[in-house]
Amino acid sequence: MDTSITLTVDGSEHTLDVDTRTTLLDALRERIGATAPKKGCDHGQCGSCTVLLEGRRHLTCLALAVAHDGDEIVTAAGLTGSAADPASRGEDALHPVQQAFLDHDGYQCGYCTPGQICSAVGVLDEAKQGHPSHVTDDLEVGGDVELTDEEIRERMSGNLCRCGAYVGILDAVRQAAGQTPGRGVDPARHTHDHETEGAR
Amino acid sequence: MTQQATPVEARSMGTHLDRADGREKVTGHARYAMEHGADDGVEAPLTAWLVQSTIARGRVVRVDPAAALAHPGVVSVLDHESAPRLADTEDRELAILQDDRVGLRGQIVAVVLAETPEAAREGARLVHVAYDEEPHRASLEGAETYAPESVNAGHETDWADGDVAAAFAGAAVVVDQRYSTPHEHNSPMEPHAATALWDGERLTLWDSTQAVHAVAKTFAPMLGLEAAQITVRAPYVGGGFGSKGLPHAPEMAAALAALSVPGRPVKLAVTRQQMFALTGYRTETVSHVRLAAEPDGRLLGIEQHAVSQTSAIKEFTEQTATAARMMYAAPARATTHRVAALDVAVPSWMRAPGEMPGMFAQEVAMDELAFACEVDPIELRVRNEPDADPETGNPWNNRRLVECLERGAERFGWAGRPSAPGTVQDGDWWVGTGVAAATYPTLWMPGNTARVESLGGGRYAVSIGAVDIGTGARTVLVQIAADALGVDPAAVDLHIGDTDQPAATVAGGSAGTGSWGTAIVQTVQQLRADHGEHPDAGVASTATAEAYPDMDRYALHSFGAVFAEVRIHRWTGELRAPRLLGVYSSGRVVNPMTARSQFYGGLVMGLSGALFEESVRDPRFGHVVTQDLATYHVASHADVHGIEVEWLADDTDTLATPFGGRGIGEIGIVGTAAAVANAAWHATGIRVRDLPVTADRFVR
Ligand code: FES
Ligand code: FES
Repeated sequence: MDTSITLTVDGSEHTLDVDTRTTLLDALRERIGATAPKKGCDHGQCGSCTVLLEGRRHLTCLALAVAHDGDEIVTAAGLTGSAADPASRGEDALHPVQQAFLDHDGYQCGYCTPGQICSAVGVLDEAKQGHPSHVTDDLEVGGDVELTDEEIRERMSGNLCRCGAYVGILDAVRQAAGQTPGRGVDPARHTHDHETEGAR
Repeated sequence: MTQQATPVEARSMGTHLDRADGREKVTGHARYAMEHGADDGVEAPLTAWLVQSTIARGRVVRVDPAAALAHPGVVSVLDHESAPRLADTEDRELAILQDDRVGLRGQIVAVVLAETPEAAREGARLVHVAYDEEPHRASLEGAETYAPESVNAGHETDWADGDVAAAFAGAAVVVDQRYSTPHEHNSPMEPHAATALWDGERLTLWDSTQAVHAVAKTFAPMLGLEAAQITVRAPYVGGGFGSKGLPHAPEMAAALAALSVPGRPVKLAVTRQQMFALTGYRTETVSHVRLAAEPDGRLLGIEQHAVSQTSAIKEFTEQTATAARMMYAAPARATTHRVAALDVAVPSWMRAPGEMPGMFAQEVAMDELAFACEVDPIELRVRNEPDADPETGNPWNNRRLVECLERGAERFGWAGRPSAPGTVQDGDWWVGTGVAAATYPTLWMPGNTARVESLGGGRYAVSIGAVDIGTGARTVLVQIAADALGVDPAAVDLHIGDTDQPAATVAGGSAGTGSWGTAIVQTVQQLRADHGEHPDAGVASTATAEAYPDMDRYALHSFGAVFAEVRIHRWTGELRAPRLLGVYSSGRVVNPMTARSQFYGGLVMGLSGALFEESVRDPRFGHVVTQDLATYHVASHADVHGIEVEWLADDTDTLATPFGGRGIGEIGIVGTAAAVANAAWHATGIRVRDLPVTADRFVR
């Protein structure tokens, strides 16, 4: 059975007929060709398919497309300047979170990366709005939860990275949160001395 | 004619260079195997879905496709009678749908092709398969074992030296224990996948693989094609860790499916659950380790007898005991491998096969010996440092293990550590520290070919059919080429990831960059010899590296030391690892940023193996029941705390490669689990000899 839905993806509107069994992730990847969100498990266990759905991070593999008629979705591709125009690919200014991932090498293979980046954008916003996490002491802290390392690790734990880029991702999120960057890579120090690489 | 590469001076190497493909990755534009569209020639693809056997051993009596074919959108169902025939069926893992035999639970018994993923998935559910079931064996415990002809990577099955019986008879101290590591699954974040297109003459595979040329070379004779009729492309690969090093059955399913629908592309993604049966794994290992020593800890004898399991349809024997042949000095040693052939999924490579489980056993045993002799674990290793390789008698290329241990001890703050276990408590947490050594052989693969072309104006194009699975190869090969050419990295266009480029070996065995980089250096030197310093645009040279390191005269290995601090909750047994430090000697580090990430990645996977990873097989049915990421735990953000990495200064090894670097992809996982287990013992006095180190071991 097919149903017509409209989705706004990275600023462009798409009207499409979808099988009612289609997940939001498959609608994006297989129908619209928006392949920034990845399929790592299809079961809500890895975070690779994370997008910003109506401004909040969301797993698209656990959502049915028909349940999101009219919704607005931003993928990692849509965080970049005018990324909807493929001709401008690579030319646009990166989102500060994307730039932070580059600066701190917060990835290797890149497969979990668009999900990590959308998740990090969501985390920054949630903290600003005062959403507590499992490790927040004061549940009524109100605005601006301080994003300690423990908070960042906890809040990002829905996004697995099998390449194990967690140190770099933590550094990236700290930088994007406006904190002292870097336990790992110092982006300003472009000539590395071989002796003392690493995080501390 | 340049026969062999000569060493290259470093200019870009050792300095920072941004990842060549970083922007593509953070913007989500990088295209993986399932993401190729009309502009790549993938138009209106069909979706293929695998149907897997629900018995572990027996025969397929009948595949009934009727209900599936009646489902809207289903196009066809391939089974062992209707699938295209293979020219060669000797490899029973890859020769799927050729006969009615079932050799493991989860084997591909049919493939459904449909217009949409939804229809394909439902179609696969609707295929009815009837079986004639036969009894199966799926448990290593109590299984009959045999001595294979050789073990993985061509190592000898058994190797011994000296009089072991005498060594143990006369020893003052003996450690005699059994250590085990569980089944583990590589679990790259990108599930195995392939898009395949047969145009009637040529097969194109957009594959998630660590080795495009190896896939083509393996599949061509099986499919009855010339190698030139197969193109394999892997511009981006979402991790592999060995599981994508060799082609597996799903890639063959994609190829067969494509052959059945000429002109129509077919996309096949292995589901996360299917990966646990179809894409390789690290076998369970059991090692009986015996160490005989003088009272001061000097080793008199080393024994490691390793048992593992393989699949009855294809042999793979983990080389668990090979590190014991070269790691420490001892006048006598004996190492053996035995394997049981079971009716189970085919094990394969997972990051540091052999060294990872083998060094877990060895390095925990060494920790036990240190305590038994009342010698500091670092000092124990120093006392057993061999002057030359115990296995071959050859001199070391660059063995700097002791420096790694000493530098690590200094940075970690090892001095003053209490030798007795269970002496440090912080609130409800027991605190302990542990150390282990790491090693990985420097493999180098012949037969890599590069092509270097002058583009004019001092620019060059370098092509080689290598693959970057996240390691940074796309970046570091540019640096190696630039230094060989004597130009800026920005003047080098690198082309990799496609069989259209010259032959290259696998991104595996920590041998990718070393082997490909050698070919690039040799080809650049060939270009210079043939055409001088300023070749005209369009001038090119091609060369194949058949030799570089002198393996007959030197023992080539990398070394490292891993330090761990763990905290174990006295009431719940919860284990946290607040600090992990790896110090390595692996030759020249070409790119500090990508290298650091490689080491971190190895350490994180080592920590993950130490604490979580265990694939649980139900022997009654023969399949892994923990077949998803909710039940097969891998380390997440919250599990990873202070990880630090360092490499030794002035570490250039031109005996290994002309650019002075050795592989770094695997050594980070070696020894890490032992360091954690040793720290857990130091915290609690409880010795864990079976991975993973779980909370229940510490609840008293
Ligand atoms: S694909 Fe959605 S959570 Fe893994
Ligand atoms: S970068 Fe490879 S899984 Fe995260």
